[in-house]
Amino acid sequence: MYLTQPIPASPASTGARIKAYFAQTRLSLLVRSPIALISALVLIALVLIALIGAPLALETANFQSLRLRFFPPFSLEHGWIYVLGADGLGRSMLAQLIVGARTSFIVAGAAVGLAAVVGTSIGMISGFVGGWVDAALMRVSDIIVTVPSLLLALAVLFVLEPSIFNLVAVLAVSRLPIYLRVARAQTLELRERVFVEASRAIGATNLRIIWRDIRPLVLPTVMTVSMLELASVMLAAAGLSFLGVGLQRPDVDWGTIVSEGREYLTRAWWATVFPGMAIVITALAANFLSNWLRASGDPLQAGALAAATARQEDALK
Amino acid sequence: MRTDGHTTPLLQVSGLTKHFGKYTALDNVDFDLAEGEILAVVGESGSGKSTLARTILRLVEASSGSVRYRGKDLFSLSAREMRGMRQNLQMIFQDPYASLHPRRKVAELISEPWRVHKGVLKRSQWGERVRELLGQVGLPESYANYHPARLSGGERQRVAIARALALQPDLLILDEPVSALDVSIQAQVIKLLMSLQQEFGFTCIFISHDLALVRLLADRVAVMYQGRIVELEKTAKLFAAPANGYTRLLLDSSPSLEGEVAAAPGRSSDLTTAARSRTELES
Repeated sequence: MYLTQPIPASPASTGARIKAYFAQTRLSLLVRSPIALISALVLIALVLIALIGAPLALETANFQSLRLRFFPPFSLEHGWIYVLGADGLGRSMLAQLIVGARTSFIVAGAAVGLAAVVGTSIGMISGFVGGWVDAALMRVSDIIVTVPSLLLALAVLFVLEPSIFNLVAVLAVSRLPIYLRVARAQTLELRERVFVEASRAIGATNLRIIWRDIRPLVLPTVMTVSMLELASVMLAAAGLSFLGVGLQRPDVDWGTIVSEGREYLTRAWWATVFPGMAIVITALAANFLSNWLRASGDPLQAGALAAATARQEDALK
Repeated sequence: MRTDGHTTPLLQVSGLTKHFGKYTALDNVDFDLAEGEILAVVGESGSGKSTLARTILRLVEASSGSVRYRGKDLFSLSAREMRGMRQNLQMIFQDPYASLHPRRKVAELISEPWRVHKGVLKRSQWGERVRELLGQVGLPESYANYHPARLSGGERQRVAIARALALQPDLLILDEPVSALDVSIQAQVIKLLMSLQQEFGFTCIFISHDLALVRLLADRVAVMYQGRIVELEKTAKLFAAPANGYTRLLLDSSPSLEGEVAAAPGRSSDLTTAARSRTELES
């Protein structure tokens, strides 16, 4: 009975259904998930503003005018560039925020990227090779975790010159262990899979197995973690600038602006509130997006997410 | 049929032992394998069948003993030499849902061996050869661009077979190649493997639970129990007159095929034939 029915040679209909299924995951799911969509759009907008706006706004951001000292926000009297007011030296808040955005994104992006690449590589090797190499690397990682990252950064930047490069390096090192542990934990599970044994049976070297078999499956998790880290690294960089060991003028990031504005908090709230809001909005957007990335990347949760979205849509009808 | 014993053995396994801690998974295993021969390895779960396969291929390092391939001791090779040697020794795994990398397309899976063993095949010829191999394992060429997730278990195992054949190995170890598949698909895959074996003449170690299948395919059968080979005999002789007590127990404990076949006539021609010949023998 079972065998007498012809087995379909090419699963065209199955293929079409699978295609339709994939079409309704990820991107279309993003479009139907309002918080995630808004977060993604906010982040894209901020990055675009930082990339395109910063070169244009640079001159204005450093232009000082005593006449415009503590110029209050929400007034177009001196043109739209002063719509968010001016600081204690009469510099446009909006222009500074735009220039600061670029630095903040560059510092956070570079630190996260560096930490992710180095941490994931070491983590995968550590998990795959095991033995004393693994033990040694994990103890180093434990040591980094034990030292508070802000304290480490303070110490290093106090001794070294606080430049963008040093800032990125310090932030990257203090954030390494997260990637190291995530990549290692996943590798420990993946290296026992049969396809790794199959690769070895073909004659693949360990490095090839790590690069071609393990890396593609570790990457999605690392991406999600990176997104989450982007927010906290941006906060950490702002914190360092706020403490005065971060960036120094003429380099400016959001943390520097908050730090400078703090002195006139009672006279000019806008000098701290606006850059503070920029940090909060970016961090929130990155958090929401990474949370969504995690949920949609997990087949089990992606189903639940799709179902929840569908329910919301039904309720709206 | 090809086990005259006068040809130089392709594989000589002697004194092969593997301990996992205090547990002995392989206990002094010896056997020779002639060129072109199909040796079946049977035995209950945990008897060391899979460990034997993995130890021969050095996927698991042996505790002691030696494996000689065409007279060359595999255990004395350096890691690099062993990787090169793997061209000749390929393996097909039990579960095709686990043995194919989920993120790779069929064409990439099949061409992976050429990526590893550079110089075997020029990159410009990969596409053509992949199509050829897909044809040989009975899959349409369009499957080259699919991910394994789109394929059924039987189709995946065909991809795994194509990948193993990509290097034209002398020895193919089949570790229960159909036990993870639907019964309806098992016969197809076995038929394919056997027609490929006849076409290319590779030597086979066939690990299986299915005694009817073993009887049909193997030239010789090795019965394993608690890490030892308790009986190694030509197939017909082993099934007709099992010398070892455990072999008899194993043969008797295999589910009676006659009853099953009677209940579902025309289920699979291969299995029916095997069952019929056994019924004849026993009556």
